[in-house]
This record gives sequence, C-alpha cells and structure tokens, in this order.
Amino acid sequence: MKEQTVRVAANSKQIIQAEEHIIEIVSDSGEGAQTAGQMFGTISAKAGNSVWTVEIIPAEIEPPPRTAPGASGNRIRIGSFEITNAGDDAKLVVAFNEQALMGGMSAGKFESGCIVLLESMWGKHPNPAIAREYAATMEKLKQTDYRIYEVPMEAECLKVVQDARRGKNMFVVGMLCNIYSRDLAYAYKEIENKFKAKKPAMIKPNIDLLDAGYRWAEENLDFRFEIPPCPQQGAQLVANGNTSLALGVIASGMEVCAMYPITPATSASHYLSQALYEAGGVVHQAEDEIAACGFAIGASYAGKTAVTITSGPGMALKTELMALSVMAEIPLVLVNVQRGGPSTGLPTKVEQGDLLSAIFGSPGDNPKVVMAPATIEDCFYCMITARKIAETFRTLVVVLSDANLATGQAAFPRPVPQKEWDAPPIDQSPVPKGALPYDWDPKTGLSKRFIPGQPGGMHTLTGLAHTRASGVAYDPEANQEGCVNRSLKLAAFQKTLKAPKVFGDPAGDLLIVGWGSTKGAIEEAVTRARKGGLKVSALHLTYLQPMASGIKEIMQQFKQVMTVEINYSDDPAHELIDENNRRYANLAWLLRARYLIDIDCWSNVYGQPIKPGEIEQMIRDRLSARKTH
Amino acid sequence: MFGLNDNCSIDQDQEYLTLEDYQGRVSRWCAGCGDNGILGATQRLCRDEQLPREKTVFVSGIGCAARFPHYMNTYGFHGLHGRALPIAQGIKMRRPDLHVFVNMGDGDCCSIGTAHWIHALRANMDLVVMLHDNGIYGLTKNQASPTTPTGLKTNTTPRGTMLRALNPLTVTLGVTNASFVAQVGEWIPDLLFEVLKQAFHHKGLSFVRILQRCPHFTPELYNALLTNPDNIVLLTHEKGMQIGETTAKIYKRQEHHDPSDLNRARELAEMSDRVPMGILYRNEEIGRYNEISRSGILPTWERRAEVLESAFDRFGIQASAAE
Repeated sequence: MKEQTVRVAANSKQIIQAEEHIIEIVSDSGEGAQTAGQMFGTISAKAGNSVWTVEIIPAEIEPPPRTAPGASGNRIRIGSFEITNAGDDAKLVVAFNEQALMGGMSAGKFESGCIVLLESMWGKHPNPAIAREYAATMEKLKQTDYRIYEVPMEAECLKVVQDARRGKNMFVVGMLCNIYSRDLAYAYKEIENKFKAKKPAMIKPNIDLLDAGYRWAEENLDFRFEIPPCPQQGAQLVANGNTSLALGVIASGMEVCAMYPITPATSASHYLSQALYEAGGVVHQAEDEIAACGFAIGASYAGKTAVTITSGPGMALKTELMALSVMAEIPLVLVNVQRGGPSTGLPTKVEQGDLLSAIFGSPGDNPKVVMAPATIEDCFYCMITARKIAETFRTLVVVLSDANLATGQAAFPRPVPQKEWDAPPIDQSPVPKGALPYDWDPKTGLSKRFIPGQPGGMHTLTGLAHTRASGVAYDPEANQEGCVNRSLKLAAFQKTLKAPKVFGDPAGDLLIVGWGSTKGAIEEAVTRARKGGLKVSALHLTYLQPMASGIKEIMQQFKQVMTVEINYSDDPAHELIDENNRRYANLAWLLRARYLIDIDCWSNVYGQPIKPGEIEQMIRDRLSARKTH
Repeated sequence: MFGLNDNCSIDQDQEYLTLEDYQGRVSRWCAGCGDNGILGATQRLCRDEQLPREKTVFVSGIGCAARFPHYMNTYGFHGLHGRALPIAQGIKMRRPDLHVFVNMGDGDCCSIGTAHWIHALRANMDLVVMLHDNGIYGLTKNQASPTTPTGLKTNTTPRGTMLRALNPLTVTLGVTNASFVAQVGEWIPDLLFEVLKQAFHHKGLSFVRILQRCPHFTPELYNALLTNPDNIVLLTHEKGMQIGETTAKIYKRQEHHDPSDLNRARELAEMSDRVPMGILYRNEEIGRYNEISRSGILPTWERRAEVLESAFDRFGIQASAAE
C-alpha cells in the first residue's frame, strides 16, 4: 500500500497514513540504539501494531566509534497486517553519527526517499577531522534523494540532563513516539517497568528525555505517520527466537542442557542458565563442544532426553558424538542456530548452510530427524515436538534455527502450558527376563531402551556395531541388521508426517519451496506477486529428514519448482557453470535427489535475511522471462 | 535432583551377590594382559560393597581398556575415544543415585581426551576414574602414546620416541580441585584392591593411575619395578592406606605420607628414580560440581509451568489502550 497524506494538522504538519513502516536506529556500540529499538517495538506492539525487530550487531564488544562496521542498532518493522519478517528497505533512519548511517546506506538498506534523522553535533565538532568527515558525508547525502533532517540531539538532551551520551536513546524514542503518533503513556509505562526495580531514580530523567524528544519532533518536523493497528488476538508474547527456544526447552520437560559458548546460539543458554535452574534442571557449560554433546548424551542415556545447543562450527565438532547417539539409539535433541560458514565464517550473520551437514555430516549411515522452525513461535513449539520424537523413536533430532530467528523479535500468541508437553518420568521398573536392549521390531525398527536403575536390564551400550543383546558384533549380519532397523525407525516416523500445505493455489506456473526462517519473506513475496496476477505458490518444509509423503505430487502441479534459501549455490549464468558442475542450494540438492524433478534454486550468502522485495522481483523476472520464450 | 529418590530401597530378602554375579561377557583381552587383574579387583570391590548391579555404570572410551564395561554385569557405556569423562559426568549429573566408574587407556585419557581429563578433575564429580596405563596404543597395534618412555621403538616411532613421557600424576596433581590421586600396579592385587576401595569411598573424583603391562607391545615396561620391589615406594598413613603384612614384607621401601600434604604428593609424583604407589593426595573438602550446581528444586511439571507462566508474564504484552 502506498503512503497517503490523510490530513494536514493545524501547524501545517502532514499526517501520512501507511500500512507498514521500517525504521532503523543506528549508533556506536553502547549508545543504547538497541534498547531504543526494542522499547519502541514494544510500545508499537502495545499500541496494536504487528512488529518485527532485528538487532544490528557489530562483531566486537567495543568496536571503534564512528565507523560503519562498528554500528550497532535495531531495525523495527511495524505494520497493520501480520508482520512475519524484517521486510525490505528502511523508510526512516535515526543515526547517532553519520558514519553509522553510511554503513547502512552503502549496504543499500534504505529505500529511495528515505527519511534520515541525523545527529548534527559532529558538524561543529572541535576535532576538525571529525567535522570534515561530517561535512563530506552531508555532501554525499545531498546526491541522494533521502530527506535529511539534522537533529541537534546532543544539544537538546543537554537541556534536560548532564550526560547526553547516556540518554540520547530515550530522546530518540520520544521523537519516534511523536513521528508515529504514539500515545506517550505507553512509553512512560515502559520506562517505569525498566527502571522501577533497580534504578527508580532513573525514571524521572528518562521521562524528561522522552518528553524532550517528543516535543522537538512536534515542533520541528513537518510530518507525522499513522500506522493503523492490526487486529489483535488476545495475549501475546514478545521474544526473540532464542528466548522462545529456551522457553520451549523448559516446556518440553528436558532437564539438562549442555552447551559451549558460540554465537549466535549462546543467548538461548543465557536465558536457560537461570530459568532451567529455577525449574530444577541444569545448564552445563562444558569445556568444549564435544564435551557438551557427550554430557548431554550421558544425561539422556541415564534419564530423560537432554539438549545441546550450538551453531554450525560447534555441530561440526559434535559429529562423532551425533553418530554415537544414532548408533546407540540414545535420544538427543541438538539445536543448531546456524550462522554464516564455512569455517568460522560470519558469526553474527544469517545463513542456512548447515542442512546437508546436519543430514550427512557424520561418518557412515546415520539416519536422524532434521527439522527447522520457520517462525519465532515455532522455536518454542518445535522443542516440545523434538523432545517427543527423540524419545519415542530413540533418535537424534537436529533442530536447525538460524541467526535470523535468533535475533529477530516478534509477538506471538501467549502459549498456555499443557501437561502433555511434559516428558513422562523415566522407567525404573524391572526388565522382563530375556528382554534385549535392542529388540528391534521388524516392522518399525523400534526397540525399548533400558535405563540404568532398571533391574535386569544390565547391558553395555556401545558405539561399535552391535547385536540385539548390545554385544560387539563380530559377524557381518549384525551390522546389516542394525543399519536396517535404525533406518526403518526413520521410515516409521515418516509415516506419521502430514504433507505440508501449499500457500496459494495448489497448481500454477511456479512453486517456491523454502525451509526455516525464510518462510515469512517468501510468503509475503508470493502474496505480492499473486496480487500482481502471477500464478506462484509457496511450500514450506518443517521436516527436512524425513520428508512427508505427498511433496512430489504437490510439486508436479507446477510448471516450475525452485527453492529460495540463504546458502550458497552457483550462478548458472556464469560462463564456467553448467549442469555438469553446478552446485545447488542445500534443499534443492535434497529435492532433486529424492524426487527426480528438475528443481532450480535461488540463493545467496550476503549474510542478511532475504527481503520479500528481492524474492518478488526474482519471481517477476522468472515468470516474465518464461512468457517471452 | 531430578525427582529421583536416592532412598527408594524396599525391604526384601536381598540376595547376596557373588563375584560371578558381576561377571559380564568373557574377556577377549590377551593372555597376560594387565587389564584382567584390574577387572578382577573391580569385581571384588563390587562384591565386597554389594553394589546393586542396576545402579552401577562403567563408562569407557575406546581402546583395549575400554572393553572393560562389556566384561562387567552392570550397566555400561562403551562410548567414543577420549570422551568417556563428559559422558560419565552427564550420567552422574542426571543420576546422582548411580555408582559411576570410568575406565580409560593412556591414549584415551592423556592424548585425545586430555581436555576432558583436566576439566573433569576440576569439576570433581563423584566418579571413580581408572587410567589403565600401559604406555602404548594396543588395539590399533603398537603406536606411541603420551606415556610411552623415551626411545621406545613403535610402529609410528621406528627410530624411537623422541619426547619424554608425560607424567599423568604431576598433571593431575597440578589441576585445581583434584581431590584424590593414587597410583598402583596391576600386578599387586591386594594393593590394587585397597586403592580402588579407597577411591570408591572418596567423595569426589578419584583418579587412579594403574600401571599395566601389555603382553604384546610393552611387556617389559615395568620390569624395573617387578624385578626390584625397592624401586617402589609404598605410601602408608593412618589417614591413607593400611598395608597387609605380606605386602609390607615385599615392599620394604615405605614412606609415611599424609595424603593431605599436596606439596609432598607433588614431590613424590615427580620422583625420577622411584615410583610411588598408594594414595598421593586426598581432600574431601573440595566441592563436587554435581552437588553445588543443584538448585534443590524438584523438577516437576507444576514447577516448570510456574517458571513458564512467570516468563510469559515478563515477556507478555496485551494490546490495550494506554492508561
């Protein structure tokens, strides 16, 4: 929807209505842009908008000030419809210095005509080098069509408080409240909540700063936006994907989480370190990734399913133990909050590059369940499902989240705790005489595990090929039998899966298949393209291994099928690339191999969430190219 | 912790378990392998303590020594090379009611699993850890290990090992929170049994280095100790080990060593001309991670639901008119 001026206020201020807006707040690290962004996101949510916020995180704790890579901040997308992703280019930017602004600008993150509110103090900075940098940036900005407003943030804040560096962010929240026509009462409440417990003396100065920002915008800006509220569905939770996932761990009844610090997974464990402790469980920070996985396997073996949380490089280190969990059929949930790879790669950036290594990464045949949450809400519920699958099928379940979900923050309906989420108590009853620890059912491959403490169940579990009695297999038959049964379990689990639902019409010119965090962006792009008359639909897969039945039949209803993913694939337009050497995106490989359909892919590794606008453009290009053929 | 009651034994006519009751599969170790002696002493310990078999877990890594759990009729976990300790810790954390033993070879513990060794010592969970040290990789057929003596020719050191052997005792005694360190030879059954018994009763991680002969690749590794008992210094103390008459007669060189004396323990571990046997160090005052990391809260569903609801309140919003 286009923005439209709905009226002009008494002070000749234009009041513009829009269906959605994207705001970026950028500052040096430590200036509080992230707090401002989160607070404004919460205020907007309470005022009835649908909201998605994403952190902009520099790689270092204290990066050099006034630099583009050092910029820290927040992107906030607010709308009158359900917002499922970080959206396209920003429409309004608040920058605490011009260098942070230039970072986003050169990355092409701001849309044409974007409103820029820039701290003006640097222009008169006593250090002539800084003043020159500012002047040079202003020159560059004049070449753009951005609407620049220089804001004397520092000077205005100093009228209210003595140290403007700490508190400028509240001034910004005040400005934004005015710009987006927010009732200040929401903001007062947020400030009160933030400070009342630990620093009540801070409430007053922060409210003064907020008021000052609001007043300044009211008096000096010639526009104001109205983003009408989105129909609400009762109580909501606002959380990022990692917090949501951590809450899911508690809800699932898992009691032991073993981890080793790794970005961007660690914040899930941060949250659990206190919450799981209070729920009677334990978060164990191991000496390394391998030990974390071993610890979780030990805990699982002796009790209920445990979880280990990591990111790609950590999962790589765990592969040997993952295979042990598969071989010995010890239930385990492994969460991989993916980041950019290979190697240390892009620790704070978005990628979905670990699908194939999750499925195939360990030596030998190692069937396991691999699933991926698509939304922040999914991050919560998938932990409950993963725990149940792991226990029921005596298997390893790998959950692939990513940095996009981990740092994105959105509202979803507040879950109502259900006792059926909980893990049942562990079996300590005597094992019947003659029962075997791997008494594989010939139909399903399933067997009942014996847990230490069960009289009569004594056996030595081993990562070696083993017999039904868990003895070391010295004959070739036993190894074949074990492999058959472990694989059968996956087939048995597959029979419980329902075919995913098509988003859009069940037949058409193009089907876009996605997995994980790209769901919101893909479906938004498809919706827009469909409005434009294109026959495009989307299919999103939660279970990547095994895949549900019926997917082939869905794909066959479309003239073209392609995946959209955030991982590497070769560009078929490159002169060196042809069908003999083209390397496809992760999911495309899998689909091509399984379904023998010529499935294309579109993917990249810029480390950013894919924007719905980019996907929409790609759809348009593809379908128009086909028409002209 | 975890809702398990440690004290859930019911009164019944408990059957007396004999040595045979603790015997698992038939050992496939070579004739003359020192592991057989360690297995025998351990089974004797289990019998004397009448450990419930279903409440006892032997955890191992990979290698000859790691076959140990298969030969016990208890629960066992024959895991991955070097990774026995993290797995054992996970078991003990989840199930403090279980008796957890760990068997590792010198490659397992002192090479591929070194990080876990150091950190398990520091965590000091209640485990009995046996290092079966034969100074060689046996199962993979004769490669040098960190404890192989200088100059020994192996398949990977055809010109003899170049580096000095790593001393597991000095390493262990150098780690923060190490709380029980002992050394013994597998060829001295009474001493082995006595050390294992003390290790079992120690609260915390008991690390026992067991000098062990490999009949194939290092049969002469400990010859100096076997042929001349005077090369061994027996550590005795009223707070440490009591030594039987026969043993005392053979091993005349003894030192009255107070196992709470860490400095002397380190000196003994460092000796180059003689080998100490017995308890070098013991300290029951050091906290055990599996205990100090507990919240003491029973992990019931009701408790979880309460934690969830309070988190939901904290993260919750309800779109509403501003007050």
